[in-house]
Amino acid sequence: MDFIQTLKIALRALRTNKMRSFLTMLGIIIGIAAVIAMMAVGSGASYVISQQIASIGSNIILVIPGSTTSGGLRTGSGGAQTLSSDDARSIGTDCPSVAYAAGTVRASGQIISGNMNWSSVIMGGTPELFEIREWPVVSGRAITQQDEDGAIKVCLLGQTVAENLFGSADPVGSIVRIKKIPFTVIGILERKGQSPQGQDQDDAVFVPLRTAQRNLVRSQRTGIVSAIIVKAKSEELIDKAESEIQMLLNQRHRINATKEPDFTTRNLSEILAVAEQSAKAMSLLLGAVASISLIVGGIGIMNIMLVSVTERTREIGIRMAIGAKKNDILLQFMTEAVLLTMLGGLIGIALGAGGATGVSRFLGWPTMISIQSITIAFLFSAAVGIFFGFYPAKKAAGLNPIDALRYE
Amino acid sequence: MSCVISLTDIRRVFIMGDQQFEALKGVSFDISAGEFVAIMGASGSGKSTCMNVLGCLDRPTSGRYLLDGLDVGGIGANELADIRNKKLGFVFQGFNLLARTPAVENVELPLIYAGLGSRERRKQALIAMEQVGLAGKENNHPSQLSGGQQQRVAIARALVNNPAVILADEPTGNLDSSTSEEIMNLFTTLNRQGITIIMVTHEHDVAAYAGRQITFRDGRIISDSLTTATV
Repeated sequence: MDFIQTLKIALRALRTNKMRSFLTMLGIIIGIAAVIAMMAVGSGASYVISQQIASIGSNIILVIPGSTTSGGLRTGSGGAQTLSSDDARSIGTDCPSVAYAAGTVRASGQIISGNMNWSSVIMGGTPELFEIREWPVVSGRAITQQDEDGAIKVCLLGQTVAENLFGSADPVGSIVRIKKIPFTVIGILERKGQSPQGQDQDDAVFVPLRTAQRNLVRSQRTGIVSAIIVKAKSEELIDKAESEIQMLLNQRHRINATKEPDFTTRNLSEILAVAEQSAKAMSLLLGAVASISLIVGGIGIMNIMLVSVTERTREIGIRMAIGAKKNDILLQFMTEAVLLTMLGGLIGIALGAGGATGVSRFLGWPTMISIQSITIAFLFSAAVGIFFGFYPAKKAAGLNPIDALRYE
Repeated sequence: MSCVISLTDIRRVFIMGDQQFEALKGVSFDISAGEFVAIMGASGSGKSTCMNVLGCLDRPTSGRYLLDGLDVGGIGANELADIRNKKLGFVFQGFNLLARTPAVENVELPLIYAGLGSRERRKQALIAMEQVGLAGKENNHPSQLSGGQQQRVAIARALVNNPAVILADEPTGNLDSSTSEEIMNLFTTLNRQGITIIMVTHEHDVAAYAGRQITFRDGRIISDSLTTATV
């Protein structure tokens, strides 16, 4: 018997009991839709995280000051003012595995342009900062070494700041007041989006480090930086660069066995890789939970197929009497089961994809439907049909034609 | 005439638990091509078991069964299915048509398992339906047909493969007397066209249509006689 004929017979059998076929399929539909939607939500989350990792820049090590004790009170990490511009410069030149190092300071304050004003983060950084963050300007020019050396009052605006102060007008060349000090806008930075912590990275103004140190932040000594951001030459060299930095700073800060280090290094990519991993694990877990419903649906298929075999015992007997072989009967019932699950799978994929789109539209969650997850879901639904259809089909094929013909 | 069916000392023993029941106790007969044979007997006489053996639905415990020159003993289940498909046509008491399936597709069913293409199937099915006088009823579902018409569909299905023998098991059991007569006349006509028919019945007036009557009792043949009377 050819395959098309088997398919026709199976389709006719399913059409005969439309309601029952639909209800049976529903289990698979819900299961597959859940798997697709969950995978979409999960991979959407891990996609966002990997985008954010890329937005920070790759192979980044952060050096922040350690804690300090003042009057018996210990501050947390970053509390001390122990890192200097010289440390940053030295890391950049003396550590062979380091590509760039940039000292940064951070302040916040009001930025005023004409009758508009906006409160934002003001970052002071050497020109290397933009190499490290892989963050180009989209109009105007970048901060140069001359700006840095001369502590010139120029600034780069993040997209959010530019929009809030200037709307659609071009800010390059205008004067803005940062903490009441006039700065010339020399350029606009490319849009970066959210940081892994959920902050808007475009809501920031950048000025040369020395300019910031002199005008915008207060510190006990000159040349203090609040953090040094370092880029290793390659991914493989991150760990090496980290230990080079530690050695260099230990030396520079005269850290020995009795003195606690006054700085901490953090490997950002590593932290984010962990975050990405956990997002992936989450999406896998969601998929696994959803696939339980697929198994439940499969059991439903098996149940209905068993009922169907019993109901159609006589039909099986007739078919056997007029020449159907065991394999013909086996194939017929298997085809019915697989057809049920595959149809259910297709509908489920459509529903799941629709659901995922709905979730991202109405809840604002990022979702991503991959061809891979669709393929897996489809093959899985077919496998459920084969697995749960086999036993009932085997039972049908094993019937004795004489008993089957006599069955009432 | 050539021998279509040859049974030699056929025994069929059923084992139920530790009890044995011998349904056929050494049955032998030959049937030639073109014969119309009625197998008679009370229930439990072994006639149905004999019919199952003849129909290759059951295998004898011992004895030799030649069907159209082929020794059926020791043949695998798949080959038996092929033999049922190609050499035998079945007509049952309860018609046994597939519900919700047009008549013509019921008739086509054996041809599907024979592996014929759809066009050839339809052609042969229409010929068989015309043979039993059902032209024009091709697309009716069994539920839309009378009992007699349904049995005609079943006969067309039995005919469609040009089998060596048609086996009919109480073909009139579910029909009223006038319809029974119709069906028996159809069998007679088909037999006159050269088709071999073996029919199980317990009704004497139905058996009277056959040219030969074999009577069973307690698993043995007690009489095997030619009937001269034809209605």
